Amino acid sequence: MRELICINCPRGCHLKVDEKTLTVTGNSCPRGKTYGISEVTNPVRVVTSTVKITGGDSPRVSVKTDKPISKGKIFDVMHLLDEVELKSPVNIGDVVLPNILGTDVNIVVTKKM
Amino acid sequence: MIEHELVIIGGGPAGLSAAYGAYQKGVKDILIVERDVRLGGILNQCIHNGFGLHRFKEELTGPEYAQRYLDLINETKVQIKSDTMVLDLTKDRIIHCISAKDGYQTIRGKAVILAMGCRERTRGAICIPGDRCAGIYTAGAAQKYCNIDGFLVGKKVLILGSGDIGLIMARRMVLEGSEVVADVELCPYSNGLNRNVVQCLEDYNIPLYLSHTVTEVIADEKNGRLKEVTISKVDENKKPIPGTEQHIECDTLLLSVGLIPENELSQNAEIEIDPRTKGPIVYDNLETSAPGIFACGNVLHVHDLVDFVSMEAERAGVNAAEFLQKGELTGPLVKVENHELVGYTVPQYIRKVDLDDGYVQIFFRVRAPMKNKRIVLTANGEELASFPRLNLAPAEMENVKIKKSKLKDVDMIGVSIQEMKK
Repeated sequence: MRELICINCPRGCHLKVDEKTLTVTGNSCPRGKTYGISEVTNPVRVVTSTVKITGGDSPRVSVKTDKPISKGKIFDVMHLLDEVELKSPVNIGDVVLPNILGTDVNIVVTKKM
Repeated sequence: MIEHELVIIGGGPAGLSAAYGAYQKGVKDILIVERDVRLGGILNQCIHNGFGLHRFKEELTGPEYAQRYLDLINETKVQIKSDTMVLDLTKDRIIHCISAKDGYQTIRGKAVILAMGCRERTRGAICIPGDRCAGIYTAGAAQKYCNIDGFLVGKKVLILGSGDIGLIMARRMVLEGSEVVADVELCPYSNGLNRNVVQCLEDYNIPLYLSHTVTEVIADEKNGRLKEVTISKVDENKKPIPGTEQHIECDTLLLSVGLIPENELSQNAEIEIDPRTKGPIVYDNLETSAPGIFACGNVLHVHDLVDFVSMEAERAGVNAAEFLQKGELTGPLVKVENHELVGYTVPQYIRKVDLDDGYVQIFFRVRAPMKNKRIVLTANGEELASFPRLNLAPAEMENVKIKKSKLKDVDMIGVSIQEMKK
């Protein structure tokens, strides 16, 4: 049995996950169940960071993975972002890097600039 | 003097939401005064996700959340004065402001909404002893340097305080290649949201020292930069225990030690301030002691979720619209008092008007973490309502609703935390 705190929303439900049967208790919504199972099988996170941009009102613009990605790949994502350089204008949702690291996850812009 | 129906001071999440709320209620002549060049306030640098789950039912980053409101505002006739600093506010709602573009101006609002937000407590505010050296930042300042300006403030970082900004910055610094050696927290529990302790500290194996504080900072004499921090365990009165010192090498100290509502303007307008919240004392319609001046968001009381800032601010906008349309509200008052284990309440007073209509929402924080308790509202020695809670924590703002009709024969209600009924 693993005790977890759900990170889906700021409510932070205290979950109990049975690692053998993959049953989740303590969640107050279906997202908690999904999180509990994923956390003991393949934990994932949304990565948020910034990349270089020229022509905007700041030298950095914020980006994120449009889906959660395996925790073990977080630093690989960060290394990919080092190489990116955008030009203003960009809009929320613009795909910066598609299908990163052999997944269906894209890096997308999160700030209009 | 320029005149507007409604003037909103601050164009962050509270100001934008307040403008939207008032506009929806029919106020068309609205001016937002913002000191930054960009609207959106702190959301612009909060690039992490987790915003919007309550307000928009989806998970957004800070800049995306801000854009939602900017899009709503762009469809209205709300006017914006950015890069403009408000210098003074009077109780008859005259705003003195200055900008490079327009110079010095005075603006009168028939109603005013205070949405100035809050600022971070600094090293001086908590009197950290030791050398005065480079490398000590508030977590929010480091966040701005990193996410907006593209500078990383240090390589080996110690964080004091486990507020959400500190936790978020711990992860951010690690992702950008710094080493975060520890997060040190004075209280015996974390002051941030649980989810942030998990995904910012535990995910990256950053140790959290509870009941500890920084008792000395030491500079490198060669370059004037921080080189070592001493941390000590504290007793139950939060006093450092001699003999428990640990010396930790680091070049950067980030402070996440609380936020203070920015109420200099409110004080200029002679608005009554609550020493518990450090924000204005308000009625249930979020009006301050100065008629026609409303307050919402972090200037009123520090929130943990922007969603709740938006909802409160929209309500302030709607109420300011009602003030403009129907005039000043008067009526006998119900005083809201915080009793056992409750730190404060917002609102502090409820006006006994339209008692057959709707409910009043009371917001507060508890003084310590607790499990399996009831939030109890009492009046005249009797229970008016009770709300069970599995978990209560100072880091998470609570709120309860009570029907206004229950307040007819009441002139004071108490909010307390009590044991579950058997």
